[in-house]
Amino acid sequence: MLDVSGVSWAVPAARILDRVTCTAPAGSLVGLLGPNGSGKTTLLRVVAGLLRPTSGQVTIDGDAVARLRRLAVARRIALLAQHAETDLDLTVLDVVLLGRIPHQRSRWSDSDTERARAVEVLAHVDLTGFEHRKWQTLSGGERQRVQLARALAQEPELLLLDEPTNHLDIGHQLQLLHLVRRAGITTLAALHDLNLAAMFCDTVVVLDAGRVVAAGAPEQVLTPALLADVFGVEAEVGTHDGRTVIHYRPPAA
Amino acid sequence: MVRATGRAVVLVVLTVGLLASVGVAVTVGPADLSIGTVWLVVADHLGLARSDVPPLREHIVWDLRLPRVLGAAAVGAGLAAAGAVMQTVIRNPLADPYLLGVSSGASLGAVLVIVAGVGSGVVAVGGGAFVGALTAFAAVVAVAGRRAALAPTRVVLMGVAVAQLCAALTSFVIIWVGDPHATQSITFWLSGSLARAGWAELAWAAPVLVAVLGLVGWHARALDAFAFGEEAAATLGVDVIRVRWLLLVATALLTAVLVAMSGAIGFVGLIMPHAARLLTGPDHRRLLPVVALAGAIFLIWVDTAARTLFEPRELPVGVLTALLGVPAFVILLRRREVRG
Ligand SMILES: Nc1ncnc2c1ncn2[C@@H]1O[C@H](COP(=O)(O)OP(=O)(O)O)[C@@H](O)[C@H]1O
Ligand SMILES: [Mg+2]
Repeated sequence: MLDVSGVSWAVPAARILDRVTCTAPAGSLVGLLGPNGSGKTTLLRVVAGLLRPTSGQVTIDGDAVARLRRLAVARRIALLAQHAETDLDLTVLDVVLLGRIPHQRSRWSDSDTERARAVEVLAHVDLTGFEHRKWQTLSGGERQRVQLARALAQEPELLLLDEPTNHLDIGHQLQLLHLVRRAGITTLAALHDLNLAAMFCDTVVVLDAGRVVAAGAPEQVLTPALLADVFGVEAEVGTHDGRTVIHYRPPAA
Repeated sequence: MVRATGRAVVLVVLTVGLLASVGVAVTVGPADLSIGTVWLVVADHLGLARSDVPPLREHIVWDLRLPRVLGAAAVGAGLAAAGAVMQTVIRNPLADPYLLGVSSGASLGAVLVIVAGVGSGVVAVGGGAFVGALTAFAAVVAVAGRRAALAPTRVVLMGVAVAQLCAALTSFVIIWVGDPHATQSITFWLSGSLARAGWAELAWAAPVLVAVLGLVGWHARALDAFAFGEEAAATLGVDVIRVRWLLLVATALLTAVLVAMSGAIGFVGLIMPHAARLLTGPDHRRLLPVVALAGAIFLIWVDTAARTLFEPRELPVGVLTALLGVPAFVILLRRREVRG
């Protein structure tokens, strides 16, 4: 259970997050929506303990993240960052085993249990047999799934995803969110695609200029008025097979 | 388990290779010595056996060649390991131990000691180099480390600036003084040489080397966590700022001690980590022991070549490492381009 209450984060020139409050009940998938620059990444970084809120607080199962040690945070919260790049010649197994670092007892070697765990999470993201493939040779979708496996190997209570479906084709977008759902871990995910958010999220939180402008079930939040207001688009919102569906209209000439 | 065995085999081979290199390299040189003689002298000094080796030969083995070969091993191991750590912590594959201005600071310190007439003795010059190296590093950190984070880009830029400044000051002092004797000894020193490595220098360098290698090895997994950047490392539980400070200061200290002994021997710290990674992959638990052993063996042989190839003239070993290092560097860059 994640609880963000009254969190602000400011740089001298501007207040990037303004008294953000939201929650993610245990086991739920919460979508974090908002236009570019609205503060999604910043909020995820605050929740991950990478930034210290100027005011307000983030708690995970009642413990204030800002008061936990780095290692304790790493054992409980995993972040899938927007960009994951490396120059190194890592194998898929190397990458997934990075997720074991916060739990590792031995400094010198990976135990058999840890390797087994890595193989298990690779199976979860449908990458069985990829252990010895080189990271540099993977496609974007495979890399994203490997990073998800790394995050799952961390055995977190809370999963933070920053635009996890970026650069993926539609099939892989659906697959990735499906895998996240299947993992059953409390998740806060910054998403761009509102239809995907409506399809997979239990609740959504909409940020605009660092403030929460709406929060709740997707079908209640994603109204034409809100879409016009926050994203500046004209759209119709309907339901199809019991799912919320958004149809965008081209901008008026 | 195949992998664990493979790892042990590599380490055993390299360790045996290092011991053999030391033993054989000591025999190479103008005075003909056999491995047996070397062994007898060493055993005698360690109190394991009595030797009847003539004093002159004993002197050559114990006072001249052995400390020099061990010095080469220490400098090679230290620079190679320091380079591997720097490349990870600064997140730049082209980083080397001299990136923080340490070598140019050392040169300036040594030059100042020589021209000030404090003495041209090994201890005085080495001491000047050590102080110069640490001063340069402190200057880099003082400016780049504002807000305590030691952001890699700032560290690199400041390192370059301080190195340029020290080099300019060194040239200025050399030209200002115009003493050909001083100029000669400085030139030799600037290109790097193990000719002055003796037991006294080793007594300083060895404990620092052991301590820093131990510290770095202790943080091997934390270094692995930097693979996808420092934020990723932080989310894996690494205290990025603490680890970066600790390892940068430790490698700078080690580099300063080594540079004080041998001058600035280039390319070892840049190339050896890449060569070792070809063998071990990027995992620091495997990389660090291998890179240190390989660096030691490499520099032993390059130094042996430097002192014997053009007998009786001696080539500064730094000239030879550069001659080997530049082509290796070009190959490295091409590999990177091919990979994209
Ligand atoms: N360290 C920083 N200093 C100044 N401005 C920042 C900093 N970090 C983020 N911002 C600004 O905060 C706003 C929100 O950024 P971000 O959280 O990345 O938005 P999003 O992820 O929703 O696109 C942007 O306008 C960005 O320029
Ligand atoms: Mg963002």
